[in-house]
Amino acid sequence: MPSSVMLTSSRASGPQSPAAVSTVGLRKSYGDKTVLDGIDLRIPAGSVFALLGPNGAGKTTTVQILSTLITADGGQAQVAGHDVATSPDGVRAAIGVTGQFSAVDGLITGEENMLLMADLHHLSKREGRRVTAELLERFDLVDAARKPAQSYSGGMKRRLDIAMTLVGNPRIIFLDEPTTGLDPRSRHNMWQIIRELVSDGVTVFLTTQYLEEADELADRIAVLNNGKIAAEGTADELKRLIPGGHIRLRFSDPSAYQSAALALREVTRDDEALALQIPSDGSQRELRSILDWLDSAGIEADELTVHTPDLDDVFFALTAATVPNQPTQPKQTNQPKETAR
Amino acid sequence: MSSPLAPARPTRISLAVRDSSTMLRRNLLHARRYPSMTLNLLLTPVMLLLLFVYIFGDVMSAGIGHGGADRSEYLAYIVPGILLLTIGGTTIGSAVSVATDMNEGIIARFRMMAIHRGSVLIGHVIGSVLQCVMSVVLVGAVAVAIGFRATHATAVDWLLAVGLLALVALALTWIAVGMGLSSPNAEAASNNALPLMVLPLLSSAFVPVHAMPGWFQPIAKYQPFTPAIETLRGLLLGTGIGDNGWLAVGWCLGLAVLGYFWSKSLFTRDPK
Repeated sequence: MPSSVMLTSSRASGPQSPAAVSTVGLRKSYGDKTVLDGIDLRIPAGSVFALLGPNGAGKTTTVQILSTLITADGGQAQVAGHDVATSPDGVRAAIGVTGQFSAVDGLITGEENMLLMADLHHLSKREGRRVTAELLERFDLVDAARKPAQSYSGGMKRRLDIAMTLVGNPRIIFLDEPTTGLDPRSRHNMWQIIRELVSDGVTVFLTTQYLEEADELADRIAVLNNGKIAAEGTADELKRLIPGGHIRLRFSDPSAYQSAALALREVTRDDEALALQIPSDGSQRELRSILDWLDSAGIEADELTVHTPDLDDVFFALTAATVPNQPTQPKQTNQPKETAR
Repeated sequence: MSSPLAPARPTRISLAVRDSSTMLRRNLLHARRYPSMTLNLLLTPVMLLLLFVYIFGDVMSAGIGHGGADRSEYLAYIVPGILLLTIGGTTIGSAVSVATDMNEGIIARFRMMAIHRGSVLIGHVIGSVLQCVMSVVLVGAVAVAIGFRATHATAVDWLLAVGLLALVALALTWIAVGMGLSSPNAEAASNNALPLMVLPLLSSAFVPVHAMPGWFQPIAKYQPFTPAIETLRGLLLGTGIGDNGWLAVGWCLGLAVLGYFWSKSLFTRDPK
């Protein structure tokens, strides 16, 4: 039975849906440095999963284990129904991997790189040519096809890399920091490419250090920190985990502000702006109870705004020991307690 | 031998052949696109050949001959050694290209694909042996151009000579591949593989072993190049081969097997 700590998202399918990737207690260390300290994951087929974490969190190591490049020290991992340790070739036949560092052969042309992949997937000559032409076209590489890949720009290399990954029609694609080092335009192109993959029904496992990217692309996000999954859920669920959300009351009359500040305990004062912050998760129920409370206390603010935390707050709260500009003391959210019902 | 990890698949051999030939094509494409490396490695044996024949030739031939200075006799003496030194030099290039290749992201990609595991190395090895053969032909052509003739070689001798050269190339290549795999980068690989070029200089390539200082003779005698050179000399020029034939074959098989298992274990361990 997969771990039940995970949040169940409204979009995630039930437990009977086939998992494209699942791991239990995955461990890896280099020397005495523990890189992965018990990773449990379950990724439904056809979804986009983002593994989010700072540099050195273990994202690449996770991808390397799941894609059979390296072996884990402990735990189990299944990809496409095959165990990575006992049936690596079964895994390899089902996956495509685009790593953080370009995996193209720089000495030969883009087209030759594609044909090399076609040969290694044992496509016929004609089929190999067809797939190559189609993918070069799709990734806007036709003009550069006859040039050595080492002369390509970063964005072009990354596109060629993904095109090569797609030659074998993989059902599960691992993208390790697919947009790191790309300019904003190339990054948006890459997002578009990833969305197209998903619409083809491919399962995408992506790692990123950009919250925006995870928010933009992923159905579910796991935050990896120090080799442990700090939290997992949809972007919205993650945002709700963090006590960073608040309701802000602003006053124009200083005396009204003062009396409100005295009446309400547990608030954060901003004397200069004449504003008070009340911690809140932003849910309708809590908002109503706060409004009721304000009414009964006879407080009338000139302006009321609801602030939900963005993923940046989540990220910092989950990955830092203490959150510097967080007045309400942050809980160490190692285990998401507020499991959505 | 059956490997416990491999599922019983009838296509295993054909998969190996197919993927290895794909990898071979890739390596040959590299060599064809960037020929300067291969050609650079040919410079050393050609220069040594010309140097020893035209500059040192008279003195050397006087030293080894029967008194009279005969440059063409010395040319005949050193060509077998030069040919084996050519193979040594070419395999240094193989060590460098393996080390360079291993630092390329594409190798990681190969490792994550459902292809024959050994095909990457087999492609390198076959490519390297072919390059050795080509280099030997080119250096041999220079030798013939300046007057070398294989005076006593019959058709069978020629066949055996080619077979010996190919076997030496195979053995040294597997060793070179292991050196390349164990080197962190191209510079280190080229240093680590230097013995492949230095050992022939310390053999009977230029001077007969019995003409060397006594303390040095064992070094020259009990190393792989000397029996190989003596065997080749015997096949091409009709000098006595004696035990050298078996010694050469034994050395080659031993080195090939050693290099193969060494390379394999280096390649199958986790990268980084």
